Amino acid sequence: MSINILMPALSPTMTEGKLAKWHVKVGDTVKSGQVVCEIETDKATMEVEAVDEGKVGQILVEEGTEGVKVNAVIAVLLEEGEKEAAKSAAPAAATAPKAEEKPAEKPVAPAPKPAAQPAASSGGARIFASPLAKRIAAEKGIDLAGVKGSGPNGRIVKADVENAKPVAAPVAAPKAAPKPTAPAPAAGQPVFVAPGDSRVPHTSIRKVIARRMLESKQTVPHFYLTVDFEIDALLTARQAVNAVVEKKGAKVSVNDMVIKACARALRDHPECNASWTEEEMIQYGAVDISVAVATDRGLITPIVRNADMKGLAQISNEMKDLASRAKSGKLKLEEFQGGGFTISNLGMFGIRDFGAIINTPQAMILAVGAGEERVVVRKGEMVVRTIMSCTLAVDHRVVDGAMGAQFLQTLKAYIEQPAAMLA
Amino acid sequence: MAETSFDLIVVGGGPGGYVAAIRAAQLGLKTAVVEREHMGGICLNWGCIPTKALLRTSEVYGLIKHAEAYGLSVKDVSFDPKKIVERSRKVASQLSNGVSMLMKKNKITVFDGEGKLAGTDGARRKIAVTLKDKSSATLTAKDVILATGARARQLPGLEADGKLVWSYKEAMVPPEFPKSLLVIGSGAIGIEFASFYRTMGAEVTVAEVMDRVLPVEDAEVSAFAKRAFEKQGMKILTSATVSNLKKGANNVTATITVGGKAQEITVDRVISAVGIVGNVENIGLEGTKVKVEKTHIVIDQWGATGEPNVYAIGDVAGPPWLAHKAMHEGVLVVEKIAGVKGVHPMKTENIPGCTYCQPQVASIGLTEAAAKAKGLELKVGKFPFIGNGKAIALGEPEGFIKTIFDARTGELLGAHMIGAEVTELIQGYSVAKTLETTEAELMATVFPHPTLSEMMHESVLAAYGRTLHI
Repeated sequence: MSINILMPALSPTMTEGKLAKWHVKVGDTVKSGQVVCEIETDKATMEVEAVDEGKVGQILVEEGTEGVKVNAVIAVLLEEGEKEAAKSAAPAAATAPKAEEKPAEKPVAPAPKPAAQPAASSGGARIFASPLAKRIAAEKGIDLAGVKGSGPNGRIVKADVENAKPVAAPVAAPKAAPKPTAPAPAAGQPVFVAPGDSRVPHTSIRKVIARRMLESKQTVPHFYLTVDFEIDALLTARQAVNAVVEKKGAKVSVNDMVIKACARALRDHPECNASWTEEEMIQYGAVDISVAVATDRGLITPIVRNADMKGLAQISNEMKDLASRAKSGKLKLEEFQGGGFTISNLGMFGIRDFGAIINTPQAMILAVGAGEERVVVRKGEMVVRTIMSCTLAVDHRVVDGAMGAQFLQTLKAYIEQPAAMLA
Repeated sequence: MAETSFDLIVVGGGPGGYVAAIRAAQLGLKTAVVEREHMGGICLNWGCIPTKALLRTSEVYGLIKHAEAYGLSVKDVSFDPKKIVERSRKVASQLSNGVSMLMKKNKITVFDGEGKLAGTDGARRKIAVTLKDKSSATLTAKDVILATGARARQLPGLEADGKLVWSYKEAMVPPEFPKSLLVIGSGAIGIEFASFYRTMGAEVTVAEVMDRVLPVEDAEVSAFAKRAFEKQGMKILTSATVSNLKKGANNVTATITVGGKAQEITVDRVISAVGIVGNVENIGLEGTKVKVEKTHIVIDQWGATGEPNVYAIGDVAGPPWLAHKAMHEGVLVVEKIAGVKGVHPMKTENIPGCTYCQPQVASIGLTEAAAKAKGLELKVGKFPFIGNGKAIALGEPEGFIKTIFDARTGELLGAHMIGAEVTELIQGYSVAKTLETTEAELMATVFPHPTLSEMMHESVLAAYGRTLHI
């Protein structure tokens, strides 16, 4: 029997992705483990490996197709002796809806995600329903987004609509205010496109950044704590460390030391290494530090796991490897998913200080500015010191002001007296 | 004896049984079929297929007789009953062999014999098989599907004797064609034979106990068919009961009562086509929880009987007695057994029916009367063959296509057709009904010109007062 290759869910949150590149073509023989295609997903380009052996009978989703739904059939493998004409399970339904395809049903206010699995994801995605089901739904005032489909591939059919209850909001009021929990539409001021302007299609990564940042800024109550670190001692320590590790080919950066210091501070303040959920607080056992890396495709945050237990050289080497693979889009899923705390450093661009947006579901993000010589007053005298300003953005649901300040005190102690990190 | 242990055993190799077996094999189930006579069952060997071969002969013959209307001169037209029957048998045997090949291809084990339920072995069902060579075997399987089909119903006094009084089986292989014929029953089987023998030159009388021919069809179709048959020279007696068959040496005198008045007619042969009964005997149902009502096995929407792991499909499991219903049932029951996701019970209203008399009849869904009885407000459209270019060009201007919509929702409730090639057209409405299209999608569909299918479009337009060509 033919084997369907399905669009994999490369992350728990992934609902769709872009089929970036095929590595095989129709007629190719593939072995289990062979890379068949690349998928651009939430945050990176991932390679998809064949699970079974066979010959590629059909490729159902073309290279470059965006919005391919998870579990859609993307290709069909034929087993030995099978004819290429063998039918695939459901090719027609498997192809991703094209961007131009607008939902045919009447406009309705965006509905919150129903608990039951809807026939198709709501929020503008195409809803699969029979014409008769649509007609009856319109007549009864039923929002199809909330109806579970029992037809082929979850299609909503007459019987589903007949059993559904009308929504409270009348269909005749399409401009009803969006429900507070629904993500606000990007609308606002209209964008005028003039001759000479260009339209750049969103990449998957850009869409995810947009969605997650908007969600964070809108739903997480941020507050900000700014502190100046005197880093002369840290710079001296860095020189001393590098004098040793350079022989092994490593070179520790200030950022590597900030990672280590943050990790140690988080170990001392487990209440800050935590996430808010509606039911309870999740305090993480491991200290995993996400580090923002700018790439051509956009921002990505690979993770230094158990950073509190690792030496500077190891952190440094891992970071270099992660950053380079982040830039080429080759990070594995587990290398950028998770983490309890994020560091975002714009110091290399001469940024003195900035406030970052929390990388949900984490509770804190540290924005690191440039280390620069500044005149400061010490014991009544003006002296020159190397100062690095940092701003901690904090989720107030998880960490209160004083707790955040205490965390920064601890962090300051590690950064200004780096020997303490050895303890 | 080779293998005796299976995942699934199908008892009966007719269209329901063999299709179920193929689907099971596709899903990776180790499958066996027990068939007592021919692979392909009645449908393929003694039903749908060989009768279509006969009816093709009568169609061509009918056309030749009307050759002049097409500008052709054909002289000395004659036929040879033996050759006609031979062709029909060849068609059947070709297809039966084809089914045997399909079994091999799908690695399905076929047992030539009679199978019956024979208790359980732990959680497994046992099937006792009496093979054709009289040896016996016991097979076991996790699941069993009974697909034993049905046979002609015998009414007391009207029993087929195979000589003067035929069932469908003798009617299909006549040594010679009768000069006069009485057909009892005007369902699909009766009317197809009536049509065949009438075209081949027999004096045909049809006696139907109901008040119209093709009683399951829409009343308008029945009325149109009756007129068409009478025009061809058939004698149609409705609300008629045949009470007595007096057999002569080479003829039969029947007493037919219509409206309290009895009359006698003498014919060469009688075809008894008064319905069918399920083959529920000798398949080991005694003492099981399999329930039988009116000669049919009672099943739920998934084909399950009262006995665990015993399923029934097709004619033995009740109406409509159609091969395509049996096949579809076979697939859905097997998929349910195999745990395939998204299996749906069959919707009777989406099963089309076809009768290959002349003119052909095809229908799906509710008749107008049945839709009215449901209290629905209707939109009914009708378009005649006379308004269709292709029909005129074919020289087939008789017939119509009728569509019935729910006025409130636009749901296509039923479609009824009579006329040339309508059996090939009905599938368009089957797709439409299965997809739950409304009148809007049917109106928006582009039908090719010039085809008979344009009438399907026009009929929908007519239901909404928008017909173009009449």
